[in-house]
Amino acid sequence: MAYAQVAVAHDDHSTDADHKPHGWRRWVYATNHKDIGTMYLIFAGIMFFVGGSLAMLIRLELFKPGLQFFDPLFFNSLTTMHALIMIFGAIMPAWTGLANWQIPMQVGAPDMALPRLNNFSFWILPFAFLLLLSTFFVPGGAPAGGWTMYPPLMLQGGAAFPMTIFAIHLMGASSILGAMNVIVTILNMRAPGMTLLRMPLFVWSWLITAYLLIAVMPVLAGAVTMLLTDHFFGTTFFTAAGGGDPVMFQHIFWFFGHPEVYILILPAFGIISEIIPTFARKPIFGYEAMVYAIASIAFLSFIVWAHHMFTVGMPLAGELFFMLTTMLIAIPTGVKVFNWCATIWKGSLTFEPPMLFALSFVFLFTIGGFSGVMLAIVPADFQYQDTYFVVAHFHYVLVPGTIFGIMAGVYYWLPKWTGRMYDQTLGKWHFWLSAIFVNVLFFPQHFLGLAGMPRRIPDYAVQFTDWNMVSSIGGFGFGLSQFLFPYLIWKCIKHGTPIGNRAWEGAHGLEWELPSPPPFHSWETPPTEAVLAHAAVH
Amino acid sequence: MMMRYAHSKLAAAAALLPLAAPVRADSGWGLLNMTPGVTDISRKIYALHMEVFWICVAIGVVVFGWMIWSLVAFRKSKGAVADTSLVHNTKVEILWTAIPVFILIAMAVPAARTLVDIEDTRNTELTIKVTGFQWGWNYDYLDNGVNYFSRLDRASDAARQLLSGIDPTTVPNYLLSVDHPLIVPAGVKIRLLITGADVIHSWWVPAFGLKKDAIPGFINELWFRVDPDKTGLYRGQCVELCGRDHGFMPIVVDVRSKEDFGTWLKTTAAEQKQAAAATAPAATPAG
Repeated sequence: MAYAQVAVAHDDHSTDADHKPHGWRRWVYATNHKDIGTMYLIFAGIMFFVGGSLAMLIRLELFKPGLQFFDPLFFNSLTTMHALIMIFGAIMPAWTGLANWQIPMQVGAPDMALPRLNNFSFWILPFAFLLLLSTFFVPGGAPAGGWTMYPPLMLQGGAAFPMTIFAIHLMGASSILGAMNVIVTILNMRAPGMTLLRMPLFVWSWLITAYLLIAVMPVLAGAVTMLLTDHFFGTTFFTAAGGGDPVMFQHIFWFFGHPEVYILILPAFGIISEIIPTFARKPIFGYEAMVYAIASIAFLSFIVWAHHMFTVGMPLAGELFFMLTTMLIAIPTGVKVFNWCATIWKGSLTFEPPMLFALSFVFLFTIGGFSGVMLAIVPADFQYQDTYFVVAHFHYVLVPGTIFGIMAGVYYWLPKWTGRMYDQTLGKWHFWLSAIFVNVLFFPQHFLGLAGMPRRIPDYAVQFTDWNMVSSIGGFGFGLSQFLFPYLIWKCIKHGTPIGNRAWEGAHGLEWELPSPPPFHSWETPPTEAVLAHAAVH
Repeated sequence: MMMRYAHSKLAAAAALLPLAAPVRADSGWGLLNMTPGVTDISRKIYALHMEVFWICVAIGVVVFGWMIWSLVAFRKSKGAVADTSLVHNTKVEILWTAIPVFILIAMAVPAARTLVDIEDTRNTELTIKVTGFQWGWNYDYLDNGVNYFSRLDRASDAARQLLSGIDPTTVPNYLLSVDHPLIVPAGVKIRLLITGADVIHSWWVPAFGLKKDAIPGFINELWFRVDPDKTGLYRGQCVELCGRDHGFMPIVVDVRSKEDFGTWLKTTAAEQKQAAAATAPAATPAG
């Protein structure tokens, strides 16, 4: 299937480019990829601030030893809800929002392939999170067993327990529907001539991410459903007394969980691979190697899950297997980092906000990669497991990794979406404050973990005070800095200076061939070979 | 006295930090790295940790150096012109795929060797069953008839209450001391059988280099041998989220000389036997 068939449905909507429903109907009945993308991004932004305020409360309690603010059980709810909201409410919807906005424009399609499904997959989310957030007000409080929901602890939950599980079912359904839409769009809606190996790397990374989502979200749904039946219907999947196995839950959970962490990071790889060439004014180095590297990482993600649970008492052979497969991930990840470095080598660099976020992504994600290699070494992992070293590791890959990737993407495409250029000085302020505070926040957590501080504790021994204070100060600084981001976007929409098709001098790709802001139905007629050549992705 | 920390090479990193002002002896600023510990295994783990750490530093110097060089040298504002022909180089790409393979092998071999040692639970001389519960530990000397519970000590427990008004810095070993520590002999290969009574816990003493989950319905095995001359108190904590008081179930191990341990074990066994005999009638079910 070298060339995709482009189905341009000439219905009422696409014949009249300006026709769109107005008022609340435009959003509730939305079938347009840009409107749905906008709703996804706004939703993700709100959840980012909700999850972030929980993190501020965590850092507040941990500012000094002794319990000053919260009961330990409520503290456990804070960590649990912070993780669930950030992963399922902020990061994943942000990626789907970016996919909605960008993929049709980047592959030369008028819209996503399945617009009504698209509407459904978005509108599930507000209900899922209303359900999840309302657990703060039910007897027993919000879930406090960690986002990993290990039984038997999770089974001790109160009214929040079934609510959390149903919320997760809804989020999972939303993700699966969104992923299906992405796959169908990419495989069927590409413009003639947009072969797979001409696709922008963001599209590639999302195609692979979507397959990961479809493969593992049902596994999570299965795991939490078994928890539900263990609690309410007398099954004993995870209870040893009934012939079950609590560790089996961990295996099933992490068989979902490890691909899940790549679901959170792969689209960021794609975005960084779009931005760096633009501001280096030079094509991405090793395009095909980048595609193969993403595919290899995705494949490996299915065979490394037990490295999250080295201390459960695995047989030696199991420990060796999971250590070696985990170490292998360093190879394709290394290829990606080297290719980004080679792209800026002999480039002509400028440092606009998207580039700043992208470059710091490469630096700081690599630091998270280093601690990842350290964690793969099983004997050393026995010391690191469940300490702040792990907290530092995954926050380095998720905050200056994933979150910076999302921000880089927004800063990159915001002029395209709004037709206006934002205040770049303000964007640079946002960048520098974020980049400095994120390190003040998370780097000391490496020290805390190595010195022996366990994670998920509301209070700590006094020798851990100093670095916790530093970390908290970094946290508050990082949190406050984020308010610049919505302000900058609002200011851009209201007062930004109008801009042409190609917002950035070095930008390549089909989206830059469209006007800014683009028409309601992006490519009503597929771009011609001449347009494709002009867009010249690589 | 525990929570000893090594002034390792990592301490050099502290010099880079503006915060490394006057370092008090009791301050936490110097707590930057893992401790080498007091067992053969913990030292091997420490060596492995440092090896991998320095490999990462070396790779970091090369990669970040390359990046920073590029960021300085190829700025458009300095007149840099992009070399757009530079999109692919098979030789270089094969090289930077292959070199990491060798680096990883260099890390994996010593790691696998240490792992084999860690899992070798043969020829142990003393077996203690450790049961984690919400929220404390039970220690059962299986062959010697000694069994007791170990919980957070009263001073820490009073100070850790919400708004207790007690300054934690005035409590000795705040949150890291217990009423009855686990007492073991130095220089003896000891086997722990670890399980959980209710939910999953995890038993960790950093100085021994060991951590194992305490899982209800399952028994995990773990061994350690503290150096004969390293008697003293060693502290750790539960490291698997186990509910409300997860942060308040520390582990303290009192390592004594073989002779002292023998005496303690004998007296305690006799005491517990006596106590059991005294309470036995009361313990029979009433009806």
